[in-house]
Amino acid sequence: MGVKLLLDKANVPGIRSYEVYRREGGYRSVEKALKEMNPESIVEEVKKSGLRGRGGAGFPTGMKWSFIAKPEGVPRHLVCNADESEPGTFKDRYLMEFLPHLLIEGLIVSSFALGSNDTYIYIRGEYAWIPDILEEAINEAKANGWLGKNILGTGFDCNIHVQRGAGAYICGEETALIESLEGKRGNPRIKPPFPAIQGLWQRPTVVNNVETLAAIVPIINLGGDEYAKIGVGRSTGTKLISACGNINKPGVYEIDMTISVEEFIYSDEYCGGIKGGKKLKACIPGGSSVPILPANLLLKTAKGETRYMNYESLSDGGFATGSMLGSGGFIVLDEDQCIVKNTLTLARFYRHESCGQCSPCREGTGWMEKILNKIEHGKGTIADIDLLWDIQRKIEGNTICPLGDAAAWPVAAAIRHFRDEFEWHINNPVLSQTSNFGLQHYADPIHVPA
Amino acid sequence: MTYTFNETQMAEFNRLVARYPEGKQKSALLPALHLAQESFDGWLPTELMDYIAGLLKIEPIEVYEVASFYSMYNLKPVGKFIFEVCQTGPCMISGSDDIIAYIQQKLDIKPGETTKDGIFTLKLVECLGACGYAPMMQVGKIYKEHLTKEKVDSIIAEYRATVTK
Ligand SMILES: Cc1cc2nc3c(=O)[nH]c(=O)nc-3n(C[C@H](O)[C@H](O)[C@H](O)COP(=O)(O)O)c2cc1C
Ligand code: SF4
Ligand code: FES
Repeated sequence: MGVKLLLDKANVPGIRSYEVYRREGGYRSVEKALKEMNPESIVEEVKKSGLRGRGGAGFPTGMKWSFIAKPEGVPRHLVCNADESEPGTFKDRYLMEFLPHLLIEGLIVSSFALGSNDTYIYIRGEYAWIPDILEEAINEAKANGWLGKNILGTGFDCNIHVQRGAGAYICGEETALIESLEGKRGNPRIKPPFPAIQGLWQRPTVVNNVETLAAIVPIINLGGDEYAKIGVGRSTGTKLISACGNINKPGVYEIDMTISVEEFIYSDEYCGGIKGGKKLKACIPGGSSVPILPANLLLKTAKGETRYMNYESLSDGGFATGSMLGSGGFIVLDEDQCIVKNTLTLARFYRHESCGQCSPCREGTGWMEKILNKIEHGKGTIADIDLLWDIQRKIEGNTICPLGDAAAWPVAAAIRHFRDEFEWHINNPVLSQTSNFGLQHYADPIHVPA
Repeated sequence: MTYTFNETQMAEFNRLVARYPEGKQKSALLPALHLAQESFDGWLPTELMDYIAGLLKIEPIEVYEVASFYSMYNLKPVGKFIFEVCQTGPCMISGSDDIIAYIQQKLDIKPGETTKDGIFTLKLVECLGACGYAPMMQVGKIYKEHLTKEKVDSIIAEYRATVTK
């Protein structure tokens, strides 16, 4: 069993309630932070912990916090990003549903560190039952003096508000989220200015993921140095992985980032192997936006070394032969899955979710979906593959927000690693409608690109 | 048709607005539209959007812009219950195609349509954050996960029963 810092109490009966959570040691970090520390020393501890944002980009949290502007007389805000809409990702939901007080505890400490008196949780609208759970936890915390006015007699006031989104993946992007919190369409803003300078209502704002903010609790309790000893290299602490697809035990797992991908997939402690005893074909290890990897490149790097479940190892080889840890949405595909069809559903997703502000993204995502649809239905040509490649390249890096890249990468990686399967689809328009390419490309020794 | 919140709905509306600083009441627009949609017929007719604009002291166009951007707001009448079935990658590789086909056949409607009796609407949606419990769909506030044909049968029966009672 690996170290658990977030989900260690998840199975304690009644942990959702304040009494049980408190009895199990909850809210200690608020006592410590507000009584023994100050905002600067908390930021220092978070820097020492090496914590990297758990929302997908992996940006160091302590550094992000140190950027927040502190103009005289202007309120600052912490916003918790609970939009969780990246296909394959459902870890924040688990935290909020089963350990609501852990998030609230982390939010109080973080709000104190950033000087946020009004902190907002922006939660995707479809998680419609979770705001009630969070609001109950907030009310309990308030009734017990952890929120409200003059918390623990320190003079620090803090309220936490929960706001539901209404169905838009793009609102997970931090500036779109801010626009949405202001009651507008979720159109990402052009940066700079960054939210740390001008965010919510033009005030300095920090946006952090649910899991990032929950991780503040063990960081304060253990101290940054102790936290940093867990894990490996720049992948410190623990990470929640939501595992799904063709595995025996889909679910949310906390890992300490030292385990191998192979162990994660095949060990009974985690995914429990491929469902039905089938073979592993491919995996999207960090949410739908990150490159898909064929089984051979997933378990071992191109250099033949074991691949591990952490930021550095998963991205070893760059996009040519690696991928990313991303949001921790781990999607496993077995031998019977069709890469073309899987890529098509993702292309449709990004077309649907593009906010439409930039033409490369708006037009490109629609175009890619159309071409993939043609190929999937046996009407594609070989030239279509090159066209797809060309379109994705023209989107990448040419848009206001990273959704453009997120739409381009899955298509690029599918072609990069499974071009033979796309060609087979095109060359076998009838057969491909009733059967799959399976694992045939593993017979092809040049399949791994240089 | 004119719309007015009753006392309970108005209290909830005021609670939503109170979360934001003075003068920033527009921030309450998304939650207010959820409240409006749930309080009346499950969709947002123009008159209802105008009513919300008036309450928040913003222009009607600001409401229309938002209502048309977010997928959870219905701009057309819908059935009493909406089956929102996820069709994205992780659900697809876990068998959502079969479930979608089965629901279409059982209800005799296509995605986007409502049954003649006005009870069910079928909508295909993108990832709902339940990929590990696939195939799945959302019905109102609730997620129905690990769907099988048998489970779909009993869900349809369950909702139908609440109407005919
Ligand atoms: C299209 C898009 C969608 C995103 N969705 C989410 C999301 O659902 N949750 C999240 O925490 N971050 C999401 N992000 C990343 C946020 O912009 C931001 O980096 C993150 O919330 C920062 O928090 P962290 O540093 O704690 O990870 C998304 C980014 C993009 C470009
Ligand atoms: S890249 Fe796409 S989603 Fe992002 S701002 Fe441009 S059009 Fe909108
Ligand atoms: S893909 Fe269906 S819930 Fe995520």
